[in-house]
Amino acid sequence: MTVIADIPDAPRAARRPQSGNPVLRWLRANLFSSIPNGILSVVLLAILAKGIFSFVQWGIANAVWLTPANDSSACRAARGVGACWAIIPEKYRFILFGTYPFDEQWRPALAVLLFIALFYLSTRRALWRRELVLLWIGALALISVLMWGGVLGLSFVPQDRWGGLPVTLILATFGLAFGFPLGILVALGRRSKLPAIRSLSVLYVELIRGVPLVSLLFMASVMFPLFMPSGFNIDKLLRAQIAIILFAGAYLAEVIRGGLQAVPRGQYEAADALGLSYWRKNRLIILPQAIRHVIPPLVNTFIAFFKDTSLVLIIGIFDLLTTAKTAIIDPAWQQFSVEVYIFVAAIYFVFCFAMSRYSRGLEATRGR
Amino acid sequence: MTIDARRPPPRRLFGAWGRRELQGLFWQVLVVGIAVAVIGFLWSNTVTNLSARRITTGFAFLGREAGMPIADSLFAYNPKDTYLWAFVVGVGNTLRVAVIGIVLATVLGTLIGISRLSANWLLSRLAAVYVETLRDIPLLLQLLFWYVLMQALPAARAAWRPVEGVFLSNRGLILPAIPIGPPQLWVLGAAVLGCAGFYLIRRRLIAQQMRDGRPRPAWPFALGLIIVLPAALSLVLGVPWTIEWPQLRGFNFVGGLTLAPEYFALLIALVTYTSAFIAEIVRSGIQSVPRGQWDAANALGLRRSFMLRKIILPQALRVIVPPMTSQYLNLTKNSSLAVAIGYQDVVSVANTTLNQTGQAIEAIALIMAVFLTISLSISFFMNWYNARIALVER
Repeated sequence: MTVIADIPDAPRAARRPQSGNPVLRWLRANLFSSIPNGILSVVLLAILAKGIFSFVQWGIANAVWLTPANDSSACRAARGVGACWAIIPEKYRFILFGTYPFDEQWRPALAVLLFIALFYLSTRRALWRRELVLLWIGALALISVLMWGGVLGLSFVPQDRWGGLPVTLILATFGLAFGFPLGILVALGRRSKLPAIRSLSVLYVELIRGVPLVSLLFMASVMFPLFMPSGFNIDKLLRAQIAIILFAGAYLAEVIRGGLQAVPRGQYEAADALGLSYWRKNRLIILPQAIRHVIPPLVNTFIAFFKDTSLVLIIGIFDLLTTAKTAIIDPAWQQFSVEVYIFVAAIYFVFCFAMSRYSRGLEATRGR
Repeated sequence: MTIDARRPPPRRLFGAWGRRELQGLFWQVLVVGIAVAVIGFLWSNTVTNLSARRITTGFAFLGREAGMPIADSLFAYNPKDTYLWAFVVGVGNTLRVAVIGIVLATVLGTLIGISRLSANWLLSRLAAVYVETLRDIPLLLQLLFWYVLMQALPAARAAWRPVEGVFLSNRGLILPAIPIGPPQLWVLGAAVLGCAGFYLIRRRLIAQQMRDGRPRPAWPFALGLIIVLPAALSLVLGVPWTIEWPQLRGFNFVGGLTLAPEYFALLIALVTYTSAFIAEIVRSGIQSVPRGQWDAANALGLRRSFMLRKIILPQALRVIVPPMTSQYLNLTKNSSLAVAIGYQDVVSVANTTLNQTGQAIEAIALIMAVFLTISLSISFFMNWYNARIALVER
């Protein structure tokens, strides 16, 4: 059905001289290079035009953009022919921040901005220094203060009132911040010469990777109280966070192990020859090279985690997806879930797409 | 661990045991000690908590009546059956979605991966948009989205009929089916035997060709063993192959094959999501074949299909197969998201069991056992396949 672009079908020297309208030339080269290709282009264009046309009709031309507060009658009238985007202005505060006290919602909003700034700064190569760790600790502490409050005149907000985008970002970021060092330790353990440590690391990684995250989350929500002394109970969000950290640790360990394997033997031997201790050898010589090797796959793992945090919906934690699903329980707006899902999908997409672009850029400039 | 250059060689404290070994021993004892202490602490808490709640550990509960409804299942089930059977039914449901999902995702992903490399600009752009969009949205969100769309379909009476005999409604997808009973199974069994026979014959033909260099056509054997033999058997035994067309009776459909909305939504979500990842793997696999290989094949004057089949694909597969294995494992594990839309796979059944009986440890242990078994089987098969196609250096 397709012609693969990279196959040299004919000798390259036999190219026709380039002449005529550049637009026509482009069309000829890219859409109508042969008869089957031309037919394919026409069919695809027709399908695409039909798709875009019906989406524009549904999503823009016939859509309802604004309604008076809590009145969905206009949307109901347009149901089936047009989208009801009015549900977004109606519900966006709940979708983004959940049940956080309404007047205090500037705090989670500020926390989200801080997260974005933190991610942005972490991508700057010039800032890849030891100070970055301090920056992370500082930013995460500041975010905790903003979210909890209770100091500096901010009123205290318990975790069960948190919700929406900040919770998603917290689960993903803290999962990484703690899962990453854990992953490094486990990766080193898996390559250790000490049999007991190696087998413990292998057991941990394979057990966690062998089961779905859903079952780990169930375990965190149902079995955790069983594991703890009676009377000792920790918050549901924290339990899910621990499950995500353990999960992240196992997957990151495998990525980092790949990096460790890519460091040439000579580097280990040279470090030993310098008389460095095990920890100094790894900290100063091996890990910096190993992690540099695996930055693109690490970013891909981060993307996967960011998406996987949405699974906490299943144990009833109010992350972005759960607030979206809850927002459409409201009987007046029940039928307009597609619009809400598209809105939330766009938010996830922006974050993940930015990360995947970044990873692509890193791969392109690799080795420079 | 350390070799300190400034000091004299390490003293031997205990005979052959040097400082390095002692340090290693110290770390191992420390880490294992911590691990044992943590597990022991959790274990003793668990035992205390379980006895306080009067829950007896062990798998005796599997023999009790489950009493949970499972709406859509591969095997016959009713709520009076035991927990054990409910688990088996759950495993059947997981496998039903995972196996079909893996096959469909591979086909779709390969098509899209090849499309991304197409000389047709429009096709390659569309494939790129497909991959980027699906990869960057959480699977659970996509699953909920498909499920909502499924529920918004018209009722059974007003079902969409894209093709005669196919109905798409809020009852799911209904397809015409051929009822398979024991006589049909005999014929299918003959076809499977035919495949095995053909495989052996083909191996011999190739071995003969290796000896004298003369190609021998294999297709007459394929035709005879896989098609003619079962067809003849079917004719001789007079096995009926009637197609059962679904019909609307009252508010529901009778006959045919029904894919429940939950199953259908889960299948679509898993297949489209995984196919985006498979497309990228296939693309990078094909791109990894050096250009010189294409040039060399062209220079030999090979036919295009022959060139793809014999030169390009075997080399691309070496790059494709290992990451493909982990995608298959991911799809299988992701099928556990079924619990979010109420399709009863093994995780969902285990969760209900856990809520009804409180046998948390046993339920989780069963989930782990099931998924570890599936993962190990997939890895085992893929490793075998990988070893078969791996580069043999002589």
